[in-house]
Amino acid sequence: MTNGEAAAHDDHDHTPTGWRRWLYSTNHKDIGTMYIAISMIAAVVGGLMSLLFRLELQDPGIQYISDFQFYNVLVTGHGFIMVFFVVMPAMIGGFGNWFVPLMIGAPDMAFPRMNNISFWLLAGAFVLLLVAAFTQGGPGTGWTVYPPLSSIDYQPGAGVDLGILSLHLAGASSVLGAINLITTIINMRAPGLTMHRMPLFVWSILVTAFLLLLAIPVLAGALTMLLTDRNFGTTFFDVAGGGDPVLWQHLFWFFGHPEVYIIILPAFGIISQVVSTFSKKPVFGYLAMAYAMIAIGFVGFIVWAHHMYTSGLSVDARAYFVSATLVIAVPTGVKIFSWLATMWGGSLEFRTPMLFAFGFIWLFVMGGVTGVALANAGMDIAFHDTYFVVAHFHYVMAIAAVYAMFSGFYYWIGKMSGRQYPRFLAKLHFWTFFIGVNVLFLPQHFLGMAGMPRRIPDYPDAYAGWNYVSSIGAYFTLMSTVLFFYIVRKTLTSGEKVADNQWGEGATTLEWKVDSPAPFHTHEDPPDMNAKQAAE
Amino acid sequence: MMTTARSRNGKTAILLFSIAGGMVGLAFASVPLYRLFCQVTGYGGTPKVVNEIAVTPSAKTITVRFDANVNPALAWTFKPGKKEITVNGGVPVQAVYLARNLSQTTTVGTSTFNVTPFKVAPYFSKIDCFCFTEQRLGPGEEATLGVQFNVDPKIFNDPTTWDVKTITLSYTFFPAPGAKGAEPVKQVEAPAGEKLKS
Repeated sequence: MTNGEAAAHDDHDHTPTGWRRWLYSTNHKDIGTMYIAISMIAAVVGGLMSLLFRLELQDPGIQYISDFQFYNVLVTGHGFIMVFFVVMPAMIGGFGNWFVPLMIGAPDMAFPRMNNISFWLLAGAFVLLLVAAFTQGGPGTGWTVYPPLSSIDYQPGAGVDLGILSLHLAGASSVLGAINLITTIINMRAPGLTMHRMPLFVWSILVTAFLLLLAIPVLAGALTMLLTDRNFGTTFFDVAGGGDPVLWQHLFWFFGHPEVYIIILPAFGIISQVVSTFSKKPVFGYLAMAYAMIAIGFVGFIVWAHHMYTSGLSVDARAYFVSATLVIAVPTGVKIFSWLATMWGGSLEFRTPMLFAFGFIWLFVMGGVTGVALANAGMDIAFHDTYFVVAHFHYVMAIAAVYAMFSGFYYWIGKMSGRQYPRFLAKLHFWTFFIGVNVLFLPQHFLGMAGMPRRIPDYPDAYAGWNYVSSIGAYFTLMSTVLFFYIVRKTLTSGEKVADNQWGEGATTLEWKVDSPAPFHTHEDPPDMNAKQAAE
Repeated sequence: MMTTARSRNGKTAILLFSIAGGMVGLAFASVPLYRLFCQVTGYGGTPKVVNEIAVTPSAKTITVRFDANVNPALAWTFKPGKKEITVNGGVPVQAVYLARNLSQTTTVGTSTFNVTPFKVAPYFSKIDCFCFTEQRLGPGEEATLGVQFNVDPKIFNDPTTWDVKTITLSYTFFPAPGAKGAEPVKQVEAPAGEKLKS
């Protein structure tokens, strides 16, 4: 469809302008853009928080942060922001909103106004969390918010309550977004685009949305109990009144473990699209890839207590959770080997999105290996709450997700903005980022194995060396991130125009069939997919 | 066409909203379910509560240690009568704790309890215990609080518990939340030699 034809639809096609275009937006592309923007802003805030505590941890002793509650608030804020306001908005709200309708041939999301509500709830939640950080000492609870530390006795400030309300809002936003995405994917696919022909990115978003739908309400329930424990004298988690703090851990991790898959599954989807595009081959084992994600999503709900091995589980319970956790290595292995098999014999092109996909696979395998180690209760009891765990989940989930976000960004920025990113600077960004995060997180494995605990601002001199290296890695990563923001600016202001399908024959999905930048309205007449090849 | 697509979307959304609502319900239902689960399985060292014992006594013995704690908000002293005793499996045993109210007012306490190691909980049965009810002590009042329990001899045969030589029975007294009309303390006869030293 060309712009000329689109204009012929007259008044349906006018583009709102000014602040109304954004505040009242019901357009999936504009809302997606706003999600990506809020994710970038939040990434700066959350990243600077981590930089502050990396600065403190660079040397033994207390240098900069003498208020330990503030240190805890930084750690807590970093976790909340990165999970709820960086990765989820970028992957699900950003790329999900932008590309799910484009890839399935739908004109927009099923409920465009609800889409608007989802975004602005998230924006409100983010503001509320920032306010919480500066209210009466802020939430110094860790992102797991375990009572009794999070109870009124130990965190009397209203900052914790504001933080809880912020998570409530973010959760409501996620549930509404999930309902919107599921409805869109189930009901609004183009004729002939059966479930088994959907691109894997759409599959990943579908599974993620179901995880959100089942996990977030449990968090909401648990947070409500915590809120009433703190303010209205209930004793859900207070032993004195017959409650049990371990119940919080069960409820939290029943949400928390699926949550890490909520973060990583869309990454799987993006990496599948990118690897296929730059290998110029359909994804190897398409159906196995889709069902592996479903399997990961399902098993993700029955392994939560592997976060709680030290809470006094019986031997039998631990044996079960160890085995169930190890089972996850099977579908994730299917994914890793299918990506490798997709590349095998492919016509590989090492463009920046593909480099980030390679980086993702490396980080994910590294984190997966330490994950299999940590899944064993016997080892985990020694490693619990050490930097080994911190290194593990940053590799497998946090930084891996960021790699997928960068991969998706470079892959789709041409479609979103119509402009080419600076190729050399983008590769420089990849290499500096790759070196930076590995120097940052690899030494944390050694620190953890030596027994350094998490969430502590000071440490014995024995841990000095690798902490110094880790902090240097953090500064390097910061410089790389500054370079990324420069690349964003340069792309948007002076990037050259790109073709509708800038990646050539490897890019077969529907978003490459529309103009670049994608016009305000796309797929108003759904494309007929009956005759076409499956769109993986 | 447009209307049918819309109503289909609406139906899907209603279904999905009810799933989300159901999960919130399940989160709250987990509170009583969790309590039930702990009582049935002995999870977290929750001892069994039984009315009477129907097991045959065993010649084998095990040591039971008594631990007592008081939350600082409650001005009581609370100690076990004996630090530890050796009991035969299957034989109901009476043990006592001694409590005294140090304050000038009548206060009501309630206690939480468990046994460690947690894995022995299914074999540790309480027949009667002061911890089942709230306890009220007048100013300076002293009381002997009884607990009657029994260790199931199956503990000696279970491969996961046969290594246990000592069970610790632990109590922590808290101020009873919002309690007014609790029963006066039900005193039990303290065995000789187990008087509260003050």
